[in-house]
Formats: sequence, structure tokens, C-alpha cells
Amino acid sequence: MAKEYETVIGLEVHVELATKTKIFCGCSTAFGAAPNTQTCPVCTGMPGALPVLNKQVLEYAIAVGLATNCDITRYGKFDRKNYFYPDNPQNYQISQLYLPICKKGSIEIETQAGGKKKIGIHEIHMEEDAGKMIHDAWEEWSLVDYNRSGVPLIEIVSEPDMRSAEEVIAYLEKLRLVIQYLGASDCKLQEGSMRADVNLSIREVGATELGTRTEMKNLNSFKAIARAIEGERARQIDLIEEGKAVVLETRRWDDAKGESYSMRSKEDAQDYRYFPDPDLVPIVVSDAMLEEIKAKQPEFRTEKMARYKEEYDIPDYDIDIITSSKHMADLFEATVAICNQPKKVSNWLMGETMRLMNEKEIEPQDLSFSPENLAKLIALVDSKAINSSVAKEVFEVMFTQDIDPNEYVEENGLQTINDEGALRKTIEEVITNNPQSVKDYHNGKEKAIGFLVGQTMKAMKGKADPGMINRILKELI
Amino acid sequence: MANIINDETIEYVGILAKLELSDEEKEQAKRDMGRMLDYIDKLGELDTEGVEPMSHIFPMQNVFREDGITNTDTRGELLANAPEEKDGMFAVPRTFE
Repeated sequence: MAKEYETVIGLEVHVELATKTKIFCGCSTAFGAAPNTQTCPVCTGMPGALPVLNKQVLEYAIAVGLATNCDITRYGKFDRKNYFYPDNPQNYQISQLYLPICKKGSIEIETQAGGKKKIGIHEIHMEEDAGKMIHDAWEEWSLVDYNRSGVPLIEIVSEPDMRSAEEVIAYLEKLRLVIQYLGASDCKLQEGSMRADVNLSIREVGATELGTRTEMKNLNSFKAIARAIEGERARQIDLIEEGKAVVLETRRWDDAKGESYSMRSKEDAQDYRYFPDPDLVPIVVSDAMLEEIKAKQPEFRTEKMARYKEEYDIPDYDIDIITSSKHMADLFEATVAICNQPKKVSNWLMGETMRLMNEKEIEPQDLSFSPENLAKLIALVDSKAINSSVAKEVFEVMFTQDIDPNEYVEENGLQTINDEGALRKTIEEVITNNPQSVKDYHNGKEKAIGFLVGQTMKAMKGKADPGMINRILKELI
Repeated sequence: MANIINDETIEYVGILAKLELSDEEKEQAKRDMGRMLDYIDKLGELDTEGVEPMSHIFPMQNVFREDGITNTDTRGELLANAPEEKDGMFAVPRTFE
């Protein structure tokens, strides 16, 4: 009989914090600057340069810890992790090994079966990112850009509590949502502001001892994570079935090929010789500091959902979708604050916004139209200045370019023609030109009127009020 | 000297430190490291029962900076230190991941 195996997974998630400056120096963290233009002696490891901790990094790390039910370490410090690689100009990374800022937390995920499961968080620590290396396949050089060196990260280390790719993704989505709600990071996997390393081992169902694990890196989408988990599970099962041993090692996932390969080399002994960093003084988190951060914690999704239910007359389904992204929820609330029409705002988000997001493969956090413009568009429809199909056209432009709908309608002459005389004249012509439809209508074919409305709208180049057309039509035939 | 550093250890430390030592230098380093460990052992004789490990010698804590940009582009100065440069970046012997 074939043996059954269980997959045991723990994650190390790195999150780039949304600070303006680096963790230990006043260099900008803005993305996309020319190479090495956001550097200084501290983040390029010049001898004698002294790092000083960015207070915002500490506050974000504590805020994430509080939101994930962690114990906050009241006496903490930084340690040096020593290794040589050109992306690390100091030859050590400043990190936290002995006294990480947060410990022993957990978050709850929803399982596929519909139940709830607690995933333990072993610890969260603060550390600095490394520089970026560019490897040119045809040149003998590798090029190094230190703009990213010293960008603040938190590393969230889970317990090995996950058993499937679905649980891993549910955990990551939950973590991302919490961190986005806190505003501590935008958590974009593709852009690397959230990175997950997967520690995976297998064991026979019923076994209590953990198997030998491997660590997989280079996973930059949820799909890649799911595929890497399936691939690594299969690889380890094959090894064990063949009577071979799984080797404790780091592997790099190649998503295009759908396989992982070992990153181990004999020259790279994994011995980081951690020791306390004497350049940085201890961190003492006082009661007052903790209370201050607690007081600043935002409204999280569960609370927001409850409030929406109370305040707005919109369906639960809408609430669920809107609150699943902090950015969408912000957009919703800001628009409602201007126009005070929650149902209409929600309809725009649920309908056209979702449709265009799917069509253009855009994540909710990347929605770029402003609440002001959405409110203006709603007002244009309400005042019957434009009809709903014109509104959809305008929205589509707004979705990609965030144009001002008032100006756009004006410039493109999209206003509904409210000149009843002109409309009457057009309708009379339509009636004359379509005697069969008029006859059908009189013979009880209600649908025929739809055709006549369509013909009128066409003649009016789409810029008429369908309600008005209907009324006049019925009056005239 | 109570602590004797063997050949295997000195090879390993050499790999970690990315140093290539001559046989003579290795012998010297083995002796120096042995003496350093003897000194650490001496410290180990002290009774530190109940003493919290110290991570910093100065009685200071919570030195922070506010999250404001204070640095400007000094790439020219930075790259003046680079043995090789290309396209505004440090050029290093090619590495493989």
C-alpha cells in the first residue's frame, strides 16, 4: 500500500516597511532612482560610519506585532550577521537574533473546509535589506546598486503550522491585509516589498517527528508559491520512496521550469557568527511607548465590516469585497464622505471597477482614480447631465488616467441633450422610419419599444436620457 | 597554552574570513587564536550567576532618528572609492547565485 505523506510548512516572510528613509540613515527609500544616488557612508558600509535607528521602523514593527497577537520585547537589541557578498558592503547585515522585537504571536486563517485555524508566529525581527545586484550574462562583471541597502525590513517567522499550499496562501493574504491596514507596507510580491521563503518537510501521516526541511527562495507570486510547494513536496517524496535522504539546504525555485535547484556550494559555509552590534544601543520599549502605538492602531477589517453593516445600506457581499483591500475601503469611504451615496459608490466599485480590474489585471491596491472624481461622476449621473452608458465610458477613461469627469464630459461634448423639442423631432422621425416596430408595439409586443428607444439613442449619438425617450415615445405612438 | 587550534579549524576560519594564508601565517594564527581563547576561558572563571548578558558598554538606550530625508545624492564621492565602476554602479567580479 502506498504511504501517505503530510506536508509541513513554515514561512519566513520579509516585508519592506513604508518609511521615507532607510533603517539606519537618512537616505530616501523611494523606488526607481538612478543607481547609487540614494546612498551614504552608513548604507555603503564605510569605516567609522554610525547607524542610528529610524524610530518609525520600530513603531511599525511593534504595530505589526500587536496586530498579530505577539508579545513585544521590552528590552531588545540588534545583532550582526556576518557574511561576504557584494550586495552587503559592511560584510554583515544588521538584524536581530537574540532579542527580536516581537515573539509568540498568531493569526487566524480560514481553511478551505470553512473552518478556522491558528497559525503561530515564532517571532518578528527588524533588519536591513541588501543592495541589488545586476548580473550581465555576457559580461565578466556583476554590477551593484546600493539604493536598496539599508531599506528597513521586518522578517516574520511562522511556526511550522501550515499543511498545504492553500493554507500558506491564506496565511500570506491575511498577513498582507493586516500590514496594509496598518500602512506599514504595500506588500507587493511582484515588486519584492513582500517576499516569502518556504520551509518545507514531509512526514508520514501520523508521525510526530518533523522530517528534514529545505528552504525555498525566489517566490514572487502566490501562484509561484503554490507551484513550488507542490514541486518540492513531490521531490521530497520521491527521494524518500527511493530510500534517499532529504538534505537540509536552501533551494532556488525556477518558476519557468517548474523545478528547484540547490543553492549550496562548498565555499559558502552557513556560519553567520552573530554577535551584538556595538554601534547600536539597546531598545527599551516603555509602557508609554506601547500605549501610544496601541492608540494609533487602525480599524482592522473585522471592525470595519461591522461598522459598514451598521452605517451603510449595502449588501454583505459588497462589504466583503470592499474591505478585502485597505485601498479599496479607503477609496469607498473617501468617496462616500464627499457624495454621501454609499450604495452608488459601492455599485461603481462592485460593477465597473471589478470588471476593469479583471480585464486589465490590476490589483485593488493599484486602483488610481481619486474619490473626488468618482464623486463627480456620480453627481453627473444624478443630475442627468450624462446617462449611465456615457458614465461607463467616462469611468473607463477615469480608471486608467484619473481624468476629471466634469472637464472630460465638457471637452468631449458628452452631455445629455435635454432639449425636449429636438428629442421629440428625432423620435417623430424614428417612428416614421420604423412603421413595423410601431405596429408590433400596438400588437402587444412590448419589446418593440426597446428597439425604438435604441434607434432614437443612436440618432442622438448616445447623448439622450433614456427615461425621457421612453416617456415621449409612449406619448407619441 | 590550554587551547590548541587544529589545522581543520584554521582552514574553516580561513574560508569564513575569505583569507588565504601561507603555512607560516597559519601557524602564527593558530598560536594567536589559542591565546585569545585562553583569555576568554579566564573570563569564564568569573561567577556570572544571575548577571544579565550585557550588549552594550555605555549606559545608553533608545537613540533614535526621526523618519526624515537628510541625505542627498553623493554618488560621485561614493564611486570615487570603487575599484571599478560601470553605469553608476560598482563593478565586481561576476558572482553566481
